[in-house]
Amino acid sequence: MMLRYLAKRLASLAVSLAVASLVIFLVLEVAPGDPVSFMLGLNAQPDTVSALRAELGLDKPPPQRYLAWVGGMLQGDFGISYTYRTPVRDMIADRLWVSLPLALYALLLSTAIAFPAGIYAAARRNKAGDITVIGATQLGIAVPNFWFAMLLVLLFAIILRWFPAGGFAGWQEGIGPALKSLTLPAIALALPQSAILARVMRSALLDTLGEDFMRTARAKGLSQRQTLWRHGLRNALIPVLTILGLQFSFLLAGAIIIEQVFFLPGLGRLIFQAISARDLIVVESTVMLLVFAVIVVNFVVDLTYALVDPRLRRRA
Amino acid sequence: MTSRGTLRTIPWALLVGGGLCLAVVVAALLSLVWTPQDITQLNIANKLRSPGGQHLLGTDHLGRDMVSMLMVGARSSLLVALVAVGIGIGLGVPLGLWAAARTGAWVEEAIMRANDLVFAFPALIIAILITAVMGPGAINAIIAIGIFNIPVFARLTRGAALGLWQREFTLAARVVGKSRLRISAEHILPNLANLLIVQGTIQFSLGILAEAGLSYVGLGAQPPIPSWGRMLADAQTMFGFAPHLALMPGLAIMLAVLGLNLLGDGLRDYLDPKLRVMRG
Repeated sequence: MMLRYLAKRLASLAVSLAVASLVIFLVLEVAPGDPVSFMLGLNAQPDTVSALRAELGLDKPPPQRYLAWVGGMLQGDFGISYTYRTPVRDMIADRLWVSLPLALYALLLSTAIAFPAGIYAAARRNKAGDITVIGATQLGIAVPNFWFAMLLVLLFAIILRWFPAGGFAGWQEGIGPALKSLTLPAIALALPQSAILARVMRSALLDTLGEDFMRTARAKGLSQRQTLWRHGLRNALIPVLTILGLQFSFLLAGAIIIEQVFFLPGLGRLIFQAISARDLIVVESTVMLLVFAVIVVNFVVDLTYALVDPRLRRRA
Repeated sequence: MTSRGTLRTIPWALLVGGGLCLAVVVAALLSLVWTPQDITQLNIANKLRSPGGQHLLGTDHLGRDMVSMLMVGARSSLLVALVAVGIGIGLGVPLGLWAAARTGAWVEEAIMRANDLVFAFPALIIAILITAVMGPGAINAIIAIGIFNIPVFARLTRGAALGLWQREFTLAARVVGKSRLRISAEHILPNLANLLIVQGTIQFSLGILAEAGLSYVGLGAQPPIPSWGRMLADAQTMFGFAPHLALMPGLAIMLAVLGLNLLGDGLRDYLDPKLRVMRG
C-alpha cells in the first residue's frame, strides 16, 4: 500500500518538475534582448557573434536547447554564465551557502517561537495569555518582513551595535561570525512566519480538543496537560506540517528580498544581477533550482503526512 | 461548534478593520484631487525636514512632503492589490466552479494540476520571471500577484462548491432540468459569496504586502510614481541620519494590512458564523 502511494506521488513529482522546467524555459525563450549582442556590444563582428552563439549553443533550435538544458541539470551541469563565463553551478553553489542556511535558520527560529506560543495559547484558550498571543500574531502577520528587517538594523546594528548592519562574514571565518551576520536576517524572516505558524498550531490543537479520543484519554485518567501533549499534538501536526512546507518556499522566496536589505550575497542578489545583465541562463537555472526546492519540499511534506497519519495512505 | 471566543467574535474587529481600510481608501482617493503639497514639485532646499511644523511627517531627500507621498503611495498599493484580487476571483472562481461541476472529468484534473504548478512558483518568483521578460513595472507586479491568486480562489471555490453540489437544493435544480452552468451560476455561486468576500480581504492584504516587497526590490511601480515599498528602499540609504523616513511607509503598510485582516475576521463572523470553522 505504501509502495503504491509512493510510486503515485513520485510520478506526479516528475510531471510537476517537467512542466515547471518547460514553463521557465518558454518564458525566458520569449524574453527580448539577445544575450550575445549584450555580451559583445553593438560593434561586434558578425562572425564573432555567430562563433559565440555556436559556443554557447544558442544556434540550435529551441527544443534541442531545452533538452540540453534539462539533460545538463540532471547531471548537475547548470550551463555556463553568459557574463562571467564560469559554470552557473559554481555561482549557485557559492550563493546557496548563504541562502539555504538563512532559510533553515529562519525556519528553525519560527518553529521555536511558534510551537510554544501556539501550544500555550491553545492550553489557555480565551484567557489573557491566549488573547495576548492572538493579538501579537495579528501584528506579526501585518508587518512586512523587509521593513521589520530595517527596524532590526536600526535598533541592533545602528543604535546598539550588537550585530553588523549588513554583508556576510563568510564561512571560512568560522561559524560564529557567519551566523552572527545571518542572525538579524533570520529573525526578520522568521517572526512574521512564526505568527502564521502559531495561529495554525493553536487552532489545530483546539480542533483536536473536541475529538472523541481526547475525551477517552481524559476518561482513562490522563490530565488535561497529558492529553494535550500525548494525543493532541500528534493529531494537530498535519495542518502544521502543511504550513511548514508552504513556509519553506516563502522563506526561500522571502530570503531573496531580505538579502537585499542586508546586502547578503545569496541567490536573490545573483538573480537580480543576472536579470540586469540579461544573463538568462543564470536566471533560468536559479529559478528552476528554487522551484525544484519548493516542489520537493512539498512532496516530502506529503509523504510525512502518510507517516503521521496512516489513514491517508489508503486514500491515495 | 461552540464559539471560539477571543478577538474574532468581538465586533470591534469589524469596526477597527473597516475604519483602517476606509482611512487608506479615503487617503488614496483624496490624493487624486488634493494633497497637502504637490509631490511633483521638488524642493531640494527643503529636504529631510523632521516631522512637525508645516510638514506634519517631515520631507524626504527631494524635499517632498511625506504626508502627500504616503497618500499618493496608497494608490499604488490599493490599485495593484485590487486588480490582482480581481484577476484571482475573475479567473479562479469560474475554474473552481467548472472543476466542481465536472468531478472526475479531465477538466477537474487539469485545473487542479495547473493549480499545483502555480503554487510551486511563489509570487516573487513569478514576478522575477515576468521582470526578466517584460521589465519591471506596476502592471507586471499586478500580473505576478494576480496569477498567484488564481489557484487560491480556484481551490477554495472547488472545495466549497463540491459540498454544495451534494445539497438538496442543487438536486432539486437538476430535477427541474437546469444545466450545470445555470446551477453553478444561480445556486452555487450565491452561496459562495460570503466565503469569497472573506478570502478576498485576506488576498487583498497579501497583495499589499507583495506589492510592497516587489516595489522595495525595484520590481514594482517605477519612479517617479511613489509607492510605499519604493519609499522604504529610498529611506534605507538615509537610515543613519533620517530614520523617520523609514518608519512612516512601513507603518502605513502595517496598518493597511492589519485593517484588512481585521475586516476579514469581522466580516466572516458577521456574514456567517459557520465560516469560523473553516479558518482557524
